[in-house]
Amino acid sequence: MTEALLSELSVPGRPTVVVPKPDLPAVKSDIPVSLLRTALPLPQVGEPEVVRHYTRVSRLNVSIDTTFYPLGSCTMKYNPKVNDAMASLPGFRNIHPLEPEALTQGAIQLTYELQRLLAAISGFDAVSLAPAAGAQGELSGLLMIRAAHEARGEGSRRRRVLIPDSAHGTNPATAAMVGYQVVALRSDARGNVDLAALRDLLDDDVAGLMITAPSTLGLFDEAMLEVTSLVHQAGGLVFGDGANLNALLGVARPRDFGLDVMHMNLHKTFTTPHGGGGPGSAAICATEALAPFLPTPVATRHTDGAFTLDEVRPASIGRLHAFHGHFGMLVRAYTYIRMVGSAGLREVSEAAVLNANYLRARLADAYRLPYDRSSMHEVVFAGLRADGASVEGAHVRTLDVAKRLLDYGFHAPTIYFPLIVPEAMMVEPTETETKATLDAFVDAMLAIAAEARRDPELLHAAPTTTPVGRLDEATAARNPILHW
Amino acid sequence: MSFVPLTEAERTEMLGTLGLADAGALFDVLPESIRFPAIDIGPALTEMEAVSQLEGLAARNTPLGSVPSFLGAGAYRHFIPSAVGAIMSRSEYGTSYTPYQPEVSQGTLQVMFEFQSLVCALTAMEVANASVYDGASALAEAALMAMRSTGRDRLVVSGAVHPHYRGVLDTYVGAKQPDITTSDVIVEDGVLVERGLIEALDEQTACCIVSQPTFFGEIRDLTPVVEAAHRVGALVVEVYNPTSLGILKPPGESGADIAVAEGQALGIPLSYGGPYVGLMSCRRELVRQLPGRIAGEARDAQGRRGFVLTLQAREQHIRREKATSNICTSQTWISLGVTAYLALLGPEGLRSVGNACHETARYAADRLAAIPGVAVVTPRPFFHEFAIRTLLSASELNRRLLERGIIGGFDLGPSYPHLADVSLLCCTELTSPAAVDALVESVRDVVRSSP
Amino acid sequence: MTRGTSVPDELRYTAEHEWARLDGDVVVVGITDFAQDQLGDVVFVQLPKPGARVEIGAEFGVIESVKSASDLFSPLSGEVIEVNTSLDEQPELVNDSPYDAGWMLRIRSESPAQLDTLMDSTAYRRHIGA
Repeated sequence: MTEALLSELSVPGRPTVVVPKPDLPAVKSDIPVSLLRTALPLPQVGEPEVVRHYTRVSRLNVSIDTTFYPLGSCTMKYNPKVNDAMASLPGFRNIHPLEPEALTQGAIQLTYELQRLLAAISGFDAVSLAPAAGAQGELSGLLMIRAAHEARGEGSRRRRVLIPDSAHGTNPATAAMVGYQVVALRSDARGNVDLAALRDLLDDDVAGLMITAPSTLGLFDEAMLEVTSLVHQAGGLVFGDGANLNALLGVARPRDFGLDVMHMNLHKTFTTPHGGGGPGSAAICATEALAPFLPTPVATRHTDGAFTLDEVRPASIGRLHAFHGHFGMLVRAYTYIRMVGSAGLREVSEAAVLNANYLRARLADAYRLPYDRSSMHEVVFAGLRADGASVEGAHVRTLDVAKRLLDYGFHAPTIYFPLIVPEAMMVEPTETETKATLDAFVDAMLAIAAEARRDPELLHAAPTTTPVGRLDEATAARNPILHW
Repeated sequence: MSFVPLTEAERTEMLGTLGLADAGALFDVLPESIRFPAIDIGPALTEMEAVSQLEGLAARNTPLGSVPSFLGAGAYRHFIPSAVGAIMSRSEYGTSYTPYQPEVSQGTLQVMFEFQSLVCALTAMEVANASVYDGASALAEAALMAMRSTGRDRLVVSGAVHPHYRGVLDTYVGAKQPDITTSDVIVEDGVLVERGLIEALDEQTACCIVSQPTFFGEIRDLTPVVEAAHRVGALVVEVYNPTSLGILKPPGESGADIAVAEGQALGIPLSYGGPYVGLMSCRRELVRQLPGRIAGEARDAQGRRGFVLTLQAREQHIRREKATSNICTSQTWISLGVTAYLALLGPEGLRSVGNACHETARYAADRLAAIPGVAVVTPRPFFHEFAIRTLLSASELNRRLLERGIIGGFDLGPSYPHLADVSLLCCTELTSPAAVDALVESVRDVVRSSP
Repeated sequence: MTRGTSVPDELRYTAEHEWARLDGDVVVVGITDFAQDQLGDVVFVQLPKPGARVEIGAEFGVIESVKSASDLFSPLSGEVIEVNTSLDEQPELVNDSPYDAGWMLRIRSESPAQLDTLMDSTAYRRHIGA
């Protein structure tokens, strides 16, 4: 089952959506012909066929609303429908970013209140909602660290940023964008930062450490407080990658780990839609010391009670977005957090962590666990256990398990990440799944492990029930066809 | 309101599987001193209560359309066909993620491929990515692309590029400490003129960044600047308005090497500034410097056509500190809206929008120019925005227009202190002649009554 | 390591898995069979232009497979006199024929003695655990 391309549905002369000619006296165009376009090669499909086309195309996806989607490090939890309904209220949807602030007090108040809610959840003193996505949150954080060192006169000396080898690729890519030299920090046998390696690397040329808590291994660092304190003793600052915050709501405030600045992904923990890969949405949180460097704008409240978006912040790292960031996503995150409330925070993370550990326990006999300790909100396996994998001449890899899961009607976990776990399979169930769903997933994973011993060809040939089979990515990259 | 479906009995059974008595023990690894803090974020609201709260906040805003408005400056109120929203609301699109498993993500991947194809067609460029955050970050990424591909570190930027975009450029490239030269925009003989752009180009210049139409709405012949830039081996980055490409010559035909734009005008609601979508397209030889996700065509073993994320070795998840950018997400869901909009309108529809915007803006400018004390300072031809100067500051003019129930234009003062008496007005197909008439009467009234 | 990995005796090797072969007064450079096997399907090879200088131990290019990218390191210093332009269209030659059609650079070495600092086939076999 595949679907034609839009261009293949085009028929010259097909009526399309047009807007009326303005009811104005006719005037001759004053644009020189040399500046006008001649051809406009857009398809001509017409509304009925366009709607049918994109409805059919949508059905080639699995999604949270159709399928269990345990994609590790992505927090694929249920997105409440009310979020979208609220973002579509005309008072939010149809307001212009440059309207006089007197006309957008509700929007600025929402931004201000969301900043305060996130500050309370994270323990930080100040928050900006300017970042468009997690990676821009990271960019903000590193620029703030750089600005803080410059303000202390140590900017030119502190040139290195330490990043654990388990980190997401955005961490080193961000540090490089900010002009830092990236130094990989080893993890130890328990999945913690290797403290000896950290001590060796810490010097007065270190600007800071980027740390994900819990880590991408789904583990909480057993010496977290010591790690951040060592960095501080060396004059460095600690950036927290909050991608995995779903493990910590109401359980701990990341600020209390000794972090100086941290981003959070609103599209993960706070249920704004993942949208097939975006838009993301992020907050950047800072201690009082780093707050002056936050990106603009920051919503504030005047003594007379009026709300304003503060753009005039002399020490700020500056602007990240043409306007104020992803406001439509802020409405969704705010709606969700208000429904969770104080009492609901811990329930979210306890269930997320319970679900991950339940899967861990039930799959441990069939899939290898690289670290012998309990998980946080996600569990990383290192492929099938040897007795399931090493059928001579028919080696079954994590990729094959993932593809076979698609045939069983599940989305696959994140695979081959983190890079330090061979054959990695990163499973994040989230808190919004029933036990019945988790059990069905376990049954599928165990059935696949049995198939790997009995009939590995089934796995190598998978998937067979999806719209297309495995696609030849090598040829696609060698001879890229990037448009019709 | 809880979205956690586990029952107490299930919870107990699952904890039993783990040999635990209570869920708190799952967190023993966290230092006790910081575990389970008291956090007050207010009571948990039911959906009904939350809706009431949110409706209250929304009611404190004034949506465009409820009053006449002439704001543009990078975010535009256009007509959005109902089918755009209907297509975007398919949750197969909204609640899936990055297509890491292409076999079950062909919906997203095909939309990405179609989006790239439409952006290429619109801009007459050879390759496009599947979007970046917004027009401003697209510009910043284009500058970084140009610096990488030329090995040069000097940027020449037109002062007639959106000032907020230039702000984001500063944030992004600041760490690389490039030498940025920005041309001046001044009023001379009653019109806005730009000085010092071509003169600033030299053989260390990575790229020249221009806007078409300019931030002030003017449509220019880009030939002289394109030729001058190419003569010294610099790339040309063109910031365009996608609505204008219904009628104007596309960047690929103007000689631009990289074309970037804010895609919001193509079917995306204003939403107080975001989420929007940055469009990026370029010449084929620059494709490996292009940041962000790219979908490509592929075949399966049976020869069926499908789509995959391709050229991934450019990206942060593979190349880490040597990636083209740190960007991870794309604005896929928003680019679906753009894709649906362009699919619905086709060439005739987009042309109808472009012409309606242009004609209405000309009508408004002609009427305003006829008022004593008001000058249209954007040189003609312009597309759908133009700047006016009066004897009042733009902020004062706007204040008095608002008293008369009209949202005026964008006050240029904060971005261009020497243009504090100039405001930038915008008309689209949704600007009715009656709204223009109301504006004209109010401006006449305000200007007459001012000292 | 994979059975049957080829490590020709007449070549010299770097720890980063490049090979070098003296051919008259020039040195031909590529990556080893072991390296191509580890990378998987090669999709792109970025090489310097003829006339460029390369330095021993320094990066001279990048090789990409579908899901990886690796820097290429020069086994010796000198001037690039020719690059294998066939790899533009057919990067898979690196997989199919790493020591022959998949070669990458021809370098005029100012100091062919640098080759003696590289591993011989016995040392390289040990290096890759063969």
